[in-house]
Amino acid sequence: MQRSILSRRISVLFASPAFIFIALFLIYPFVSIIFISMTNRTLVGATAQNPDFVGLDNYIRLFEPSRWMNRGEMGFSLYITVQFVIGSALIGQAGLGLLIATLFQRRKGFIRELVFSLAVAVWIAPDVVVAFAWFAFLDPFDGTLNAILGALGLGQPDWLLKYPLLSIIFFNTWRGTAFSMLLFSSALSSIPPSYMETADVVGASTLQKLRDILLPLLRPYIATDLILITLWTFNTFTPFLLTGGGPAYRTELLSIYTYRTGLQFFEIGKGSAIAVIVMLINLVLASVYLISLRSRPLEQPSD
Amino acid sequence: MLHKSLRILGLGLLALVLASGVLVSAQEPVEITITGTASGAGFDWLATVVKPLCEAQLSDAGMPVTISPVEWVGSGDDFRQQVVLDLGVGQGGDILNLDGFWIPEFVEAGLVKPLREVAGDAVMEWDGWDQIPEGLKTILGFQGEIYGIASGTDARVIWYRADLFEQAGIDVPWTPTSWEDVLEAARTLKAAGVEWPLQLNAGTSMGEATTMQGYLMALLGAGQHIYDFETGKWIVRSQAILDTLNLYNDIYNIEELGSQRFQLAQNGRDLSFESFSQGNTAMLVEGDYFWRSIVVPGGNFGMDNRDEVVRFAPMPAEEPGMGYNGQDFVTISGGTGYSLNPNTAHPAEAWGVLACMFSQESLEGFNELQPRIRARVDVPVTGDTTMSAIATEILPLTTIRPPLPEYNRVSAEAQLMTERVVSGEMTPEAAMDAYATAVIDIVGEENTVDMMGS
Repeated sequence: MQRSILSRRISVLFASPAFIFIALFLIYPFVSIIFISMTNRTLVGATAQNPDFVGLDNYIRLFEPSRWMNRGEMGFSLYITVQFVIGSALIGQAGLGLLIATLFQRRKGFIRELVFSLAVAVWIAPDVVVAFAWFAFLDPFDGTLNAILGALGLGQPDWLLKYPLLSIIFFNTWRGTAFSMLLFSSALSSIPPSYMETADVVGASTLQKLRDILLPLLRPYIATDLILITLWTFNTFTPFLLTGGGPAYRTELLSIYTYRTGLQFFEIGKGSAIAVIVMLINLVLASVYLISLRSRPLEQPSD
Repeated sequence: MLHKSLRILGLGLLALVLASGVLVSAQEPVEITITGTASGAGFDWLATVVKPLCEAQLSDAGMPVTISPVEWVGSGDDFRQQVVLDLGVGQGGDILNLDGFWIPEFVEAGLVKPLREVAGDAVMEWDGWDQIPEGLKTILGFQGEIYGIASGTDARVIWYRADLFEQAGIDVPWTPTSWEDVLEAARTLKAAGVEWPLQLNAGTSMGEATTMQGYLMALLGAGQHIYDFETGKWIVRSQAILDTLNLYNDIYNIEELGSQRFQLAQNGRDLSFESFSQGNTAMLVEGDYFWRSIVVPGGNFGMDNRDEVVRFAPMPAEEPGMGYNGQDFVTISGGTGYSLNPNTAHPAEAWGVLACMFSQESLEGFNELQPRIRARVDVPVTGDTTMSAIATEILPLTTIRPPLPEYNRVSAEAQLMTERVVSGEMTPEAAMDAYATAVIDIVGEENTVDMMGS
């Protein structure tokens, strides 16, 4: 029997600042948002001062089948967000990150330093600066991209108007690849060189090495990476700076939809209902992450 | 002996310090901030006329203030958002530059208070009220109370470039009498090489500028308002709405007389101004703000030859006599002004500054910077024949937005409706149906009227 150094009462005392902090800044807002989401409260007009309790009306309206998939509604926004996450996070950032990390595996030199430095610089640059740079890059008449495409005779589309979703997917891939790249790079460097050398000796092809050695060993890292960037991409707001959610709501991610409803249209009740749904989706994603972290030791190859 | 004189000296010093402290605190000016004014003549007026004049005036009156005008860099809709959030938590500048049509929903939300409630009897005793016409008092008013003092009013017209018209062989001065006349001019200009001859605002990114300068200007020409003032109902489906949407469809999709890009891009309004100033657009429906602040030499898209090439024509009805109230030509007015923040820590000083801003001397100084119809009748418009012509020819035709708290949300739906048509997402019929559903949601079915009869 080992007695704790601190009595139970003392440990509660020591933990209380953290509990109070969490209660004040996490639990209270969470509960209050759920409460507000059941009112018709607005920030302007009569319902700003005297909101009515409307139960689940806000939720019912969000999910009303007749307009659920209209532009500027919940379903459409969710659909845009899913495409954005799959395109820019799962395929774009994770794919490109894995590619760069594999290409430069166990290499040193100027090019590797250059590529890594640029990717990280892009990742840490302030949002507004990045948005301005992309406006200059994508401008249909004077932009860098169209200057290159025009010189190659490939046409000069108006990217942000004709291909808005594709534009922000490219943008977010470019913006966030560094995280996946760094994570995979350090994971790869943890694989003992002898594995690959042995494979070379027995004459394994590149595909076999990838399938039988790299992917199984990288799997837990890939899982961590995918879940984290999915969560971040799901909640990102930066594309707003490029498109404002438009044109005609075609890039209205859930974060932008929440913002527009609550803080631009001032329907804070309905906006809170959207926020609650977004929180629930996040909760599911975070649970997947936590569960996969716990089960990670089981995924490690036993031999 | 030495000891004693030191003590006296010390006491003397102490007294001096205390006395000077009292004196300083009596004269310490309080800071009054004025927020929401964008760069341009309005801000120059605050910085170069109001600040020196009113600081001196209030100092003489024993209420020393430091006036800090804070420049607003953003759109009017951005400032509305800022001010709603500020006032909602009891913050914000002492004096706020508000648009009149925000007032009803702000009042109902308890965000603003009548001037006399914020600053007391001094407001009622101000001698300036006698100089301000009733119509201007109500711009920042709601249900008989006054929430601020209007800077002035405005009116909307078609601004056109006489040089491009002459090059295309259209006689100047030009007075179209129907929508077809406007479209015909646009076709001629397009054939003569003007890339995007006509600009009629559409889409959500221009915000209220779409409703006022685009949608309502066309809708009034088709004979209707957004709201029926007689029955007190919002019109959600009608032939006039459909005609308006078909006009948009014609301009931006069928004939491509205007640039779809300007309507949909984030900075589309600026792009349209730029296009006009560079001669790629020949007709642009805007308020006199365009003349005063945009194409004025030194303005954001200033034209040194403004006075020679920029003219205006009144906006015609769809057909003569078919306009709102049976008019041949239509326009609509709004107005901005300055209001007191009910949360100000210095209401007396803030009112002192506001009253001084709208003194005769101050507004005469404003008119030297920018000739315009000012709030006071004892401050005449000087030296700008275009502004005088708008006051005498256009202003008598005008109407206003319904001063109702629901207006803004309905207006946002109207903007969305135009965007759906211009972007090609929906047909005019489908866009109108979506608009009807959304407006019924906002104001309740009993407050709407469907004039399509089905």
